[in-house]
Amino acid sequence: MTLLGDRQQLSYIASQAADARVNLELETEGMTLNIGPQHPATHGTLRIIARLDGEQVVWVDPSCGYMHRGYEKLTEVRTYPQVTALVNRIDWLGSFANEVPFILAAEKLMGIEAPLRAQHIRTILFELSRIANVSLFLGDLGVQLGAITPVFMAFRDREYVLNLIEGATGGRFHPNFDRIGGLKDDLPAGWLDETRTVMKKLRRFCDEIEDLLFGNEIFQSRTRGIGVIPRDIALQYGMSGANLRASGVDWDLRRDQSLPMAWDKVDWKVWTHPDGDSFARCWVRLQEVRESTRIVEQLVDTIPAGPVMTKVPRIIKVPEGEAWVCTENPLGEMGYYVVSQGDLGPFRVKIRSASFNNMSITPWLLKGVYVPDIVTILASLYFILGDIDR
Amino acid sequence: MSEFLRSYLVVVWFGLAAFLVGSLLLGISALLRPNNPTSEKLLSYESGVDPVGDGWSQSQIRYYVFALLFVIFDVEAVFIFPWATQLERYGGFGLVEMAVFVAVLVLGLVYAWRKGVLRWV
Amino acid sequence: MMYNFAIDPLLTGKVLWTPLLIVLLKVVVVFAVGLVATMLMVWFERKVIAGMQNRIGPNKAGPFGILQTLADGIKLFFKEDLIPERSDRFVFKLAPYLAFVPAFLTFAIIPLGGDFRGDNDGLVTWFGQQTRVQLADPPIGILFALAISSIAIYGIMLAGWSSGSKYPLLGSVRASAQMVSYEAALGLSVAAVVLVSGTLSTSGIVARQSSLGNWNVIVTGIVPFFIFMIAATAELNRPPFDLVEAEQELVGGFNTEYASLRFALFYLAEFMNTVTMSALIVTLFFGGPQPISVGSLTVDIPIIGNAFEGTIWLLLKVLVFLYIYVWFRATLPRFRYDQLMDLGWKVLIPASLGWFILLAAQRVGQDAGWDRYVVTIATVLILLVCYSLLALAQRTSENERKRDGVMF
Repeated sequence: MTLLGDRQQLSYIASQAADARVNLELETEGMTLNIGPQHPATHGTLRIIARLDGEQVVWVDPSCGYMHRGYEKLTEVRTYPQVTALVNRIDWLGSFANEVPFILAAEKLMGIEAPLRAQHIRTILFELSRIANVSLFLGDLGVQLGAITPVFMAFRDREYVLNLIEGATGGRFHPNFDRIGGLKDDLPAGWLDETRTVMKKLRRFCDEIEDLLFGNEIFQSRTRGIGVIPRDIALQYGMSGANLRASGVDWDLRRDQSLPMAWDKVDWKVWTHPDGDSFARCWVRLQEVRESTRIVEQLVDTIPAGPVMTKVPRIIKVPEGEAWVCTENPLGEMGYYVVSQGDLGPFRVKIRSASFNNMSITPWLLKGVYVPDIVTILASLYFILGDIDR
Repeated sequence: MSEFLRSYLVVVWFGLAAFLVGSLLLGISALLRPNNPTSEKLLSYESGVDPVGDGWSQSQIRYYVFALLFVIFDVEAVFIFPWATQLERYGGFGLVEMAVFVAVLVLGLVYAWRKGVLRWV
Repeated sequence: MMYNFAIDPLLTGKVLWTPLLIVLLKVVVVFAVGLVATMLMVWFERKVIAGMQNRIGPNKAGPFGILQTLADGIKLFFKEDLIPERSDRFVFKLAPYLAFVPAFLTFAIIPLGGDFRGDNDGLVTWFGQQTRVQLADPPIGILFALAISSIAIYGIMLAGWSSGSKYPLLGSVRASAQMVSYEAALGLSVAAVVLVSGTLSTSGIVARQSSLGNWNVIVTGIVPFFIFMIAATAELNRPPFDLVEAEQELVGGFNTEYASLRFALFYLAEFMNTVTMSALIVTLFFGGPQPISVGSLTVDIPIIGNAFEGTIWLLLKVLVFLYIYVWFRATLPRFRYDQLMDLGWKVLIPASLGWFILLAAQRVGQDAGWDRYVVTIATVLILLVCYSLLALAQRTSENERKRDGVMF
């Protein structure tokens, strides 16, 4: 792996050599530092065991599982409609997006498809949860770097999106709105107009964040060139989502696979960045929020009339079989491998959540960086603890 | 005893007052607050897990190098301040002298810089 | 000469009760002012930053939440105080004092008011005694302030070290290296002020800034002010230089292990220092309690006597800087350590040294009647040589880094 532009490790070795020149006989012994499970930077219960030399990281081991809730096992004792309430809580900032791939997998097994209007609404809610999720990331990024104002702006504007989600589904954080074969309800009156105004507000929020944070010289100097993930390394570690796109891989499941969703019906763009550093990851996410607002606006304009539910039996039994459906969630690729034996509930569900795989690169990535950069890099990788520990 | 020392004496009184107020606050607090230490509470903080190794691990030599450099520049200040107050008195001669002095200092800084000491690893 | 051995010269010989009472009164008043100013500063910061962040801020305790700090302080009185098992108990208990006492001491040398107009020289008459509205006016006031701010470093360093824990230790070594680095730049920018004032006494420095054109910020050229402002921010450990207590990295930094009133003392000291440093900036560069006046035109606040007017002016000017500090905090992300050190050693120190020499050459040239342009050109040339030397050094060190393949 050292062949693949492994700049950080090389830099560490080099700086060790440089150190040796300066202090030949004054070798210091290392320090083992536990960052987490209760640490302000991990926004959750992640533990990172780091061995330090001065302020430089020599070796890192992430240790997760402090919040493991056993969702894969729990799904086996739930019926299919009940599972959505569980998977809602995996990535708790973008809950609706967690429901969609599971429902799609169940529908795939049953051989049914939601009506066109339901597909549109699903896509709108999916993108709204992406906006709610990533806009909070943009604010939180500032906090991690020591600027506290952006997060309050993010909370302010995310509130509008949450209000929208609440208006349509009745739940702000855990909508539990998706049903096999369609949706629970149609949209309330006036919701579409409200959505249009909110999308404008969110775009203004993006501009504000770009001015306040991304344009800041200190921010740039702290993120540019920090935590570089080369393209090949990113692919080897199975990264996905914006983290992968920031490494220059043009890969987006919304565009690259055909699902019964409405993404292929609107005009939007997949953003990539060639640098692969922390700044690139943040920048790609910022662009994605903008892109999402565009998607939502177009879908709102073209939403077809019709029912939101197909005919499904009152007691849902999924025929025997196996299905894998993944979608491009706010954090990256999220998929469910559902095995059914014809019962009321799934026989086995394997959940592939994005953060878990994105996190697995940290031992490689954090080697040779400074203590403050741990925070920057972790923030820019953007994980949600529920998404790691499930 | 002159006016010169008198002003310092006021400062000493003031410092003493600050010290007394500080201990008074702590004293009042000691009377009011509960005191129920358990071994868990007295553990040093390490993000919610039991601390690993010794709290006093060695720190980088670099911090020390900066401290040494600082001493040089602080000593420089000792020379600069008296000269700055009496600038007119020493005139051109003083200026040249000071320029030479500062030049030597800058050379020292250049040396440290070149040596890579100012780089923070 | 018996009285040399007495504790206080005021008490020897014929006891003059009036000056003694005035000194006592001043100690009490300045102390109270310091404490109240600190509490108001905490409230001010929270309220203003809340306004910048779409929040309301403290609004429950007292009108506009102005008593919030008091409420917080009272709460801390009732909190259990923990001294970690692995700490060095004596140093752990000593450190809060080392932070708290110097914070107050610097306040002693700041002219808090007085009438500097005409030939008054800042003297006011109280109870038939001529005195300054300033606790102490030692002839080397500025050096005193610098010395005391150096002592304050010990409080933070020892607090971190004595905790026997890793995050505080990292915080404390950072603190000592950071404060020490910026101390040098701070001292050099003050030297520029001393150069134009010709005195080290704070009241003397204020007295020389009688009109807007005479303010040191203009007389020294604006550069020393900016250097002082940046270095002071770093010295105070306030954002964007608050690496010592960088929450996301080091949790609480040096005060992670502190609880109850010991923590409160650190907290008080930090805000006290902010107030004092703002007052020091005003004293050094913006005329302290002097009213704003252009030429012979003076902005005069009616009704209020000239002596107290000075206090109001000082308050207004200090408020501006306090606001700027809050503004910094609301806007800027934190520097990384190596960037901080680079800024200190590679930009601020050379810049302040260069500016200092340039200023000195101008002054001496003016006195000796040399041609102004010749002097300027000569100094600029010399400075350019120095600059190119530094640039050369930078290039060498950069090349070495490139050869090593180091990123930063």
